[in-house]
Amino acid sequence: MAETAPASNGAQPALVAEDIHKSFGDLEVLKGVSITAHEGDVIAVLGSSGSGKSTFLRCVNLLETPNAGTITVSGETIRLKPDGHGGLAAEDPRQIQRIRTRLAMVFQGFNLWSHMTALENVIEAPVHVLKVPKAEAVERAEAILQKVGVYEHRAYYPAHMSGGQQQRVAIARALAMEPAVMLFDEPTSALDPELVGEVLRVIRKLAEEGRTMIVVTHEMGFAKEVSSETIFLHQGRIEEQGPPQDVFNNPRSERFRQFLAGNLK
Amino acid sequence: MAEHSGGFLKSLEDFSTNVSPIDFVLIAQHYDLFLQGVVNTIALVVLSLVIGGVLSVPLAVARAYRTPVANQIIWAYVYVFRGTPLLVQTYLIYYGLGQFEIIRDSALWPFLREAWWCALIAFVLNTAAYTTEIFRGAIEAIPWGEIEAAKACGMSPWTRVRRVILPSAFRRALPMYSNEVIFMLHGSVVASTVTIVDILGAGRTLNAKYYLAYEGFIAAAVIYMILVFLISRGFKTWEKRWHAHLRPREI
Repeated sequence: MAETAPASNGAQPALVAEDIHKSFGDLEVLKGVSITAHEGDVIAVLGSSGSGKSTFLRCVNLLETPNAGTITVSGETIRLKPDGHGGLAAEDPRQIQRIRTRLAMVFQGFNLWSHMTALENVIEAPVHVLKVPKAEAVERAEAILQKVGVYEHRAYYPAHMSGGQQQRVAIARALAMEPAVMLFDEPTSALDPELVGEVLRVIRKLAEEGRTMIVVTHEMGFAKEVSSETIFLHQGRIEEQGPPQDVFNNPRSERFRQFLAGNLK
Repeated sequence: MAEHSGGFLKSLEDFSTNVSPIDFVLIAQHYDLFLQGVVNTIALVVLSLVIGGVLSVPLAVARAYRTPVANQIIWAYVYVFRGTPLLVQTYLIYYGLGQFEIIRDSALWPFLREAWWCALIAFVLNTAAYTTEIFRGAIEAIPWGEIEAAKACGMSPWTRVRRVILPSAFRRALPMYSNEVIFMLHGSVVASTVTIVDILGAGRTLNAKYYLAYEGFIAAAVIYMILVFLISRGFKTWEKRWHAHLRPREI
């Protein structure tokens, strides 16, 4: 590749998303959302369904094309151009592919590749995108699977694992990219209640290691205890933002108060 | 008839020609004819499946991705070749193309005047059309999330197709494709109508020569059945290997 990603240094935010707008047809889902994640930040994004929180996360790695806004990862701004449908698309597909390797995503529905075993899922992108030698990728993948507690299931296909196990493999797949920022899109929403804990424990462990993460979630307790910054989205705007102790103890926004009342039963 | 030394063989021949409703000895005596038929059938079917299969992959991808212009052209091609009988397609190529002077004068004529090449061309176009539809369906059945996951980890469109979409689609298409292989084998009898001695052609030759229908056609039917048996066994083995992710876990 002609360009290489600039080395991240401490002063530079890992991720800056500025003034992100997104509409689906006439429905304006995001009305200018900005966040800055410094290295080691854990940003929890809360909001009721339809508030735009998942859409925002998907705009960050361009799985959705925002209508306006800028995204900068480790100092490198994604070059965007009009896509001809009122949205913005990557000007250089190679750039967005390269930046996506730095923004690993964990999905609500796990989205493991069903024809690959757990181990194959984890080594796939390192080997075929980052061009890591296979033996090295396997060694690293096994260590990561061990860390998230599914090493024993490394030869299993996704259909043969529980949701919690699948999601931990998906987290391992994201970790194997050694990303600058991890994006979690409601990682526990598709899980049975008794499986939520095992996944949250893994995410909490990653937070404690100082990984930079943006976590869209419904887990209030998790946001309160683990995040370094909590953001509450309502109708496409940030309604409440700050350290979790401030946000949860002294909510300034009436809507967030209502949201908390509805969720902390 | 050839002289046989052993009494057992003599009585077998006697039984076969005079008592049995089917003259097995006559079939055995023409083993080379049937062998030639088997070789021709297998060559035509295998070649058309390989070439047609290779052609169908990009066509199926273009269809599944709704590639502008190509999508409509491929749709029309598939519609025409699935909408008409293989026999008609073969006749049009074998009897039809030679009517045009421009084709008789072209460099392709040495091929296009041969029944074998005409049959191969018709078979390739036919199986490619069916296989395109099979693969297109299999590609479109991939859960969207798996494609998004591939995008999200930075895979280029080509890597996505090569590493995620096609491996998943081929596995899913296997049972449907095994049907296509069997249909193609059965469809290949069309070759015998344009002078090619395939398996049915060998049976027809026997029938024409001795006016004995059973001998030739039953022998042909048995050979087709054996081939179908081998094909289904082969696909069963492949499915066992490639469908492990779709079956319940083996403990």
